[in-house]
Amino acid sequence: MTQLKMGGAFLLEPVEETKIFIREDLNDEQIAFGKACSDFFEKEVLPKKDAIEKHENNVSVDLMKKAGELGFLMVEVPEAYGGLGMDKRTATVVTENAIESVSFGVTVMCHTGIATLPILYFGTEEQKQKYLPKLASGEFIGAYALTEAGAGSDALGCKTKAVLSEDKKHYILNGSKMFITNGAWADLLTVFAKVDGEKFTAFLVEKTFPGVSHSVEEKKMGIKGSSTTVINLDDCKVPVENVLGEIGKGHKIAFNVLNIGRWKLGAASVGGCKKILKHMVPYTKERCQFGKSISEFGLIRKKIADCAINAYVTESIMYRIAGLYDDAAASIDKSDPHYDRKCIEAIENYAIEASIAKVFGSEALWRCADEGVQALGGYGFSSEYPLESIQRDCRINRIFEGTNEINRLIIPGTLLKRAMKGEIDLMGEIPKILGELKKGFTVQSTGDFSSGAFRDRVNLAKKLAVYACGVAVQKYMADIKDQQYVMEKMANLAIDTFAMDSAMKRTMQILQKENTQTEIVPVTKNNIPVCITQVFVYEAYERMLMLAKDLLAEVADGNAEEFAKYNKALKRFDVFDPINSTRQREVIANHMILRDGYSLN
Amino acid sequence: MKIAVLVKQVPDTETKIVINANKNGIDESNIKYIVSPYDEYAIEEAIKIGGETTVISMGPDRCIESIRTALAMGIQKAIHIDTQGKSYDSYQTAAALAKVIKDGGFDLVLTGKQGIDYDNGQVTQMAAELSGASQVMVIDKLTINGDKAKVERRIAGGSKEVYESGFPLFLGCEKGLNTPRYASLPGIMKAKSKPIEKKSADELLGGATALVEFTNFELPPERAAGKRIEGEPPQQAAQLVKLLREEAKVI
Repeated sequence: MTQLKMGGAFLLEPVEETKIFIREDLNDEQIAFGKACSDFFEKEVLPKKDAIEKHENNVSVDLMKKAGELGFLMVEVPEAYGGLGMDKRTATVVTENAIESVSFGVTVMCHTGIATLPILYFGTEEQKQKYLPKLASGEFIGAYALTEAGAGSDALGCKTKAVLSEDKKHYILNGSKMFITNGAWADLLTVFAKVDGEKFTAFLVEKTFPGVSHSVEEKKMGIKGSSTTVINLDDCKVPVENVLGEIGKGHKIAFNVLNIGRWKLGAASVGGCKKILKHMVPYTKERCQFGKSISEFGLIRKKIADCAINAYVTESIMYRIAGLYDDAAASIDKSDPHYDRKCIEAIENYAIEASIAKVFGSEALWRCADEGVQALGGYGFSSEYPLESIQRDCRINRIFEGTNEINRLIIPGTLLKRAMKGEIDLMGEIPKILGELKKGFTVQSTGDFSSGAFRDRVNLAKKLAVYACGVAVQKYMADIKDQQYVMEKMANLAIDTFAMDSAMKRTMQILQKENTQTEIVPVTKNNIPVCITQVFVYEAYERMLMLAKDLLAEVADGNAEEFAKYNKALKRFDVFDPINSTRQREVIANHMILRDGYSLN
Repeated sequence: MKIAVLVKQVPDTETKIVINANKNGIDESNIKYIVSPYDEYAIEEAIKIGGETTVISMGPDRCIESIRTALAMGIQKAIHIDTQGKSYDSYQTAAALAKVIKDGGFDLVLTGKQGIDYDNGQVTQMAAELSGASQVMVIDKLTINGDKAKVERRIAGGSKEVYESGFPLFLGCEKGLNTPRYASLPGIMKAKSKPIEKKSADELLGGATALVEFTNFELPPERAAGKRIEGEPPQQAAQLVKLLREEAKVI
């Protein structure tokens, strides 16, 4: 087992120092799981896509039963509760293949993620025995009811109330929950309510309990085939044994489970990016204008290359996080009676990474969808072609599981908390960087991919992020949490750093693997992971320089003398020669066109 | 009943075929392989009938993936006849398979009506003949009653033929026989621990030599550009007849 890393530590460690889990390390069984999932979605779900979108004939519920029979709902449930007890690596490869109907994908993801996992991680033995086998087999469909009309991002502001009955056998719940995924189909809901209007608590509510009802389907921009309803609780009687976790500790469940939801959403984004290339590339090859295939035109090729870059980097991030989660779980003694709860607590360590996964994944997917529509032109806008619904369907990803704005605030917020507690030594790093700034950084201007300028960019990016964030913290101190413009820029610096670090590490590991397996050096300038990483790292670094400048200008707030000091430091970071990224983009686009979609070899 | 299912690993139906440099085969790099779709009906039928089921596949190491698919669907065990980098023609393949089948004492041998790669449709018949067993090809219905099997196959004109046979019996399965199941995730996990016996193709051949040699592969020629006939209908018709007679030489 590898040494457990503190969440956020990626900002301090040189990229070459630690290894991560990469998709290329999946074993045969995990790959077979992914293939089984894509087969099911292609052959069973895709033909019913229209019926799913129109909510015809209970089709999604029937498909959930089928998905249950084939084991797709039991991947992460332990064997003791009727599941397969597989790790997050496996769950990632299954999730990224559940894409052919985004609506049904959301139905499945909600069920296996935020609906099933709270019980696994926080349930009593009795609750687990009672509900997990039913959820794992698909006998029960699950939902997670946190949001209310007046409590969205501010989930703890919920108004739903729970009062203990006179005989102390039940809690009586009153209130209503909004935008509940799987609302119309759920047999079991994790409902959050305040006991006596104060103590935020989770309850396991069966659909058949008296007083539970749902409204009509919400009319939505996308994922129209998923169920989204209001859940009404009118004097709903919930047995006291169905309290999930402790009274007044519901926030622990609500927020920890979202960490899982965020990574899962990121994993689904990986599949989404690849699916866009699958539709986009063949179209551009066949579509002829001005006497040639539009895939021969630079501006179309650029879109193809950019989608591939987004897919690769997102993929690198999601498998890395799956690896972190698995390592965290592996660090806990399996015979511990509170093993599952300790796992989720260990996962909380990576809240920063989970928020990055969510933001980066949802935005990468949105960029791909947007370019995908554009590449198809009028046909991209037409509902006859798949890109139109793909773009509508993925819009929600930037909203649910915590809006990207909330997640952007979580990233620097959590980092600072960790730094204050001394869990990560951000403060100790700043004087070191200031010292280096005095004499300037020595970096490679050329050299091998894994030890040259690209590696140096990633390592300097970390210092740049820490420096710029450090200056901001020094200026605003504890008030920084109210400076949302500043916090967003800090978040973006951290996101780009993590993304660069993940892509760079993965590519370095791929090269290492190829070398050891073939004992020759196949690193050519046309190596696809290398080309992708070069473009991303180069552009992300340039972006970060701009971002840091912006952030420091905001901190200086018109004080020219103060800004001059920052600007001098920024010039020290601006040490790399530009690259002609069109060359790499051409190689990437060529390859994707040859392979009719996303492929690295 | 001892049932063998013969499975062939073939390129995915969506593969764009590229001829190799020597022009004696196809370029196998970047090909996605699948179980030949007709073989899936054979796998499903074997699982439905039950008893002792064995999947047999002849090919390079990569065909273990297809064997695992059959095991994940529910077949109990496997024999991999390893070709160790060599290629064999239909007759040699049939000879090796017949040897394994005879040695194994199988009652029923199910396979797809043909592999969808070369579409030869020869191995099953030859293997049946070499094992001295009965055979019916392209079947879409099978009922087993004690020591008799009743099978049906569709023939031209919408009629069907009905056969009754004893065992051992080879059957080539056609679409419509059943709906193949998906490999479930628990099935995939169980497949890991199911035994795969390895045999060497060379040793099983018993001296059978190739009857067919591939000398040259080429892709179908690209379709020539169409010809547009202009003018009023009478002139167009005259022009068309002229072209059909003089250029296409079909009338």
